[in-house]
Amino acid sequence: MSDAILDIEGLHKNFGGVVATENVNLSVERGEIHAIIGPNGAGKTTLIAQLSGQLRPNSGSIRFEGRDITTLSMASRARAGLARSFQITSVILPMTLLENVMLAVQGTSGHSFGFWSPVREDGKMTDAAMESLTRVGLDNRADQLAGSVSHGEQRQLEVAITLAMNPRLLLLDEPMAGMGKEETGHMVEILKALKGDKSILLVEHDMDAVFNMADRLSVLVNGHIIATDTVENIRNNAEVQRAYLGDEHA
Amino acid sequence: MDWNLLITQLMNGLQLGLLLFLLASGLTLIFGIMDFINLSHGSFYMVGAYFCGTIVAKTGSFVLGILFGLVGVFIVGALVEWFIARKLYRSDHLDHVLVTFGLILIFDTLVHMIWGASGMAIPLPDVLNGQVSIGTLVLPTYRLLIIAAGLGVAAFLYVLVTRTRLGMLIRAGASNRTMVEALGVNINRLFLIVFAIGASMAGLAGMLIAPITEASIGMGNDIIIIAFVVVIVGGIGSVKGAFYAGLIIGLIDTLSRSYLDDVLALSIPIEYAETAAPAISAMMVYILMAVVLAFRPQGLFPPAGAR
Amino acid sequence: MQLLSTRRGLFYTALLVFLAIAPWVFQWIDQPFYLDLLSRALILGIAAVSLNLILGYGGMVSLGHAAYIGIGAYCVGIPAYYDFYSGWLHIGLALSVSAVFALITGAICLRTKGVYFIMITMAFSQMVYYTFLSLEEYGADDGLVIYLRSEFPTWLSMDGAFSLYYWILGVLLLSLYFVHRLIHARFGRVIVGAKFNELRLQSLGVNTYRYRLTCYVISAMICSLAGVLLGNFTSFISPEMMGWTRSGELIFMVIMGGVSTVLGPLLGTISFVLLEEWLAAITVYWHLIFGVLLVVLVLYGKGGLDGLLGLMDRGKKSS
Repeated sequence: MSDAILDIEGLHKNFGGVVATENVNLSVERGEIHAIIGPNGAGKTTLIAQLSGQLRPNSGSIRFEGRDITTLSMASRARAGLARSFQITSVILPMTLLENVMLAVQGTSGHSFGFWSPVREDGKMTDAAMESLTRVGLDNRADQLAGSVSHGEQRQLEVAITLAMNPRLLLLDEPMAGMGKEETGHMVEILKALKGDKSILLVEHDMDAVFNMADRLSVLVNGHIIATDTVENIRNNAEVQRAYLGDEHA
Repeated sequence: MDWNLLITQLMNGLQLGLLLFLLASGLTLIFGIMDFINLSHGSFYMVGAYFCGTIVAKTGSFVLGILFGLVGVFIVGALVEWFIARKLYRSDHLDHVLVTFGLILIFDTLVHMIWGASGMAIPLPDVLNGQVSIGTLVLPTYRLLIIAAGLGVAAFLYVLVTRTRLGMLIRAGASNRTMVEALGVNINRLFLIVFAIGASMAGLAGMLIAPITEASIGMGNDIIIIAFVVVIVGGIGSVKGAFYAGLIIGLIDTLSRSYLDDVLALSIPIEYAETAAPAISAMMVYILMAVVLAFRPQGLFPPAGAR
Repeated sequence: MQLLSTRRGLFYTALLVFLAIAPWVFQWIDQPFYLDLLSRALILGIAAVSLNLILGYGGMVSLGHAAYIGIGAYCVGIPAYYDFYSGWLHIGLALSVSAVFALITGAICLRTKGVYFIMITMAFSQMVYYTFLSLEEYGADDGLVIYLRSEFPTWLSMDGAFSLYYWILGVLLLSLYFVHRLIHARFGRVIVGAKFNELRLQSLGVNTYRYRLTCYVISAMICSLAGVLLGNFTSFISPEMMGWTRSGELIFMVIMGGVSTVLGPLLGTISFVLLEEWLAAITVYWHLIFGVLLVVLVLYGKGGLDGLLGLMDRGKKSS
């Protein structure tokens, strides 16, 4: 608790009569990879949406580095150091990889009321963007259009974009969605390399990948967190077996 | 205050409101269900007036004019849906704007080629040309007929939307399109029918107004904007919203045009009031729209369950 | 820009050179009417460039841009009615009135999306139209005659067809260059990004609403300059120049030329004006041809004329 970067207390969200998340309590330690798992429709994406500011919770609070951010807009949270990626790839396809990442650098470095100087000639920004691309291994594709690279590479670009925002906490919504085995392995390496430097909260379906890289897991079922623990303990947790793993592996 | 004048103005406002409702009911359904913006909806209004006028000139019967006019506009609407609109439901709104703007040019020119550049007057049968007096109040029969027809259509639409299977699909489609598709409904036929009924409503509005103003080229291009405002104020996809918003806007527009100078004269000198009033009353409807958008962006009566 | 290395580049270079010497060419062949036609096309070109900024680059489909042409024109006409002819006054007034009106209406429009945005921009422009239509003092639907052109220091004078033409060309080139810089600067990147994925931009820490609103205001101000020039060019202004069908024509021009390319809108307006002139001479039913053209253009011809030039280049490379 002492070194939590993100503290969620009593988060509640319903749409009309449908409850999406109910009394969710969760904390992410500084420097850890924390994964949220749970069956389809458990409310994982709704939870990420509330954390990133896309949806406003009905009640409960979200504290980031000790500061209450529950009512901040998505843009303000991003500037505060909380970066999210999207489950459905939402890189800007008609722009190059570099341009995509530069937008991220731009978004978190001051205002954008620059009307005259071309960004391409801003060395500081291109350098920062190239650095992020290098971290995910896409530096040699910087000038290709995002629409022309493979799905796996678009997912990597998505991570590069979140990194370029220079965040302290990354919210990753299914970073491995739709990836093949090899691509997934590559992504796991990329994320593992960030451990210690960045804190990561991620939602993911690929159990092998999660078990391979996460420090702690939280299990979300029907909008409730039923357990939060280390990978080892979750694997052996009977309730989790029943509620979740049992369903899939039975 | 002249009470007779006030009542006449109220009737005029009611009449305008119902005509706006006839135009807006189709528009709002087409927006709500197909997410399609049809700038050329006003062309159906014009085409309806010309169809009706032609039949009246041939047969001398206003009733036949309306009946054949309705069928004619229904067919024109169905053709537009079939050959053009249908291809565009999945493209972006800019494409809708361009194509339907093109359709306006096409319809306006076709009417010009067929019926000539000057307008077409539609004579009324003597029965409708008279006046009805109630006490000291004298009201033109035809205007009462327009109001009755407008209310009749509103009632018809109400029954259609709330009591029939087609209506159920329309309501479902306006609030959640994917659900209707998931129900395995023949979505193409539903769209075709909604589009053509919407066109007929607009056509009917044109037929009803033409004996007063005469049918003319481009007659739909001004009123269509106010119909858009009605749709926005009422809430996209909501027939009920179109009805109330139509009446509110019809009344506000008519009454502010006739009484705003008097109201303003209470607080500012009469000569300024007389200069400012026309300008302000021209803006009235749009100011109402801005206010509604500021406080209820989804409109006054959004369809139940809409996003 | 590789101006001379592609057919498209060559074409635009030739076009710009021609525009620079056009008045002398027309004088030489003794066709002053052509200069009128070209002046009108270039004025519409300025409006199209401004519309392209929000529509092409920003993805904001405004069906009310003609209102800003009207506001600009009345900012010449109304002062002139009271015998104020200072050109700086006219321009200053046009820029500030259009900015304020765009700020207020844009603040409302930009909270909405899709069909709402289109209809609301249209409704507000129609509000301006009806307001001027009801102002008896300024001629209502009869319009206003402007007896003298806006006054500037001698070296900048607008008097005479040549000087006015070069004024128009100057404003056009400045707007084109400004939009070009804008789009590649920080501001423009955000605008273009938000067109494709607004949510993404917000997730990157960008308050897209503020930038789009600013963009909308800038576009309106550029467009009002087209109005100032149009008022001076026609010496007569009326509400008719800002009816919503005018806005529709403007969109047509932008699309015809090719959206989100710097010079496309200019190409579009020149073609539109020439085509209009040519077709109107052939048949009174020329609107029909325009209508069919629009429908066909959308259903089959993506990319506009500029895209066609690009296709020629691609064809050249592959052959």
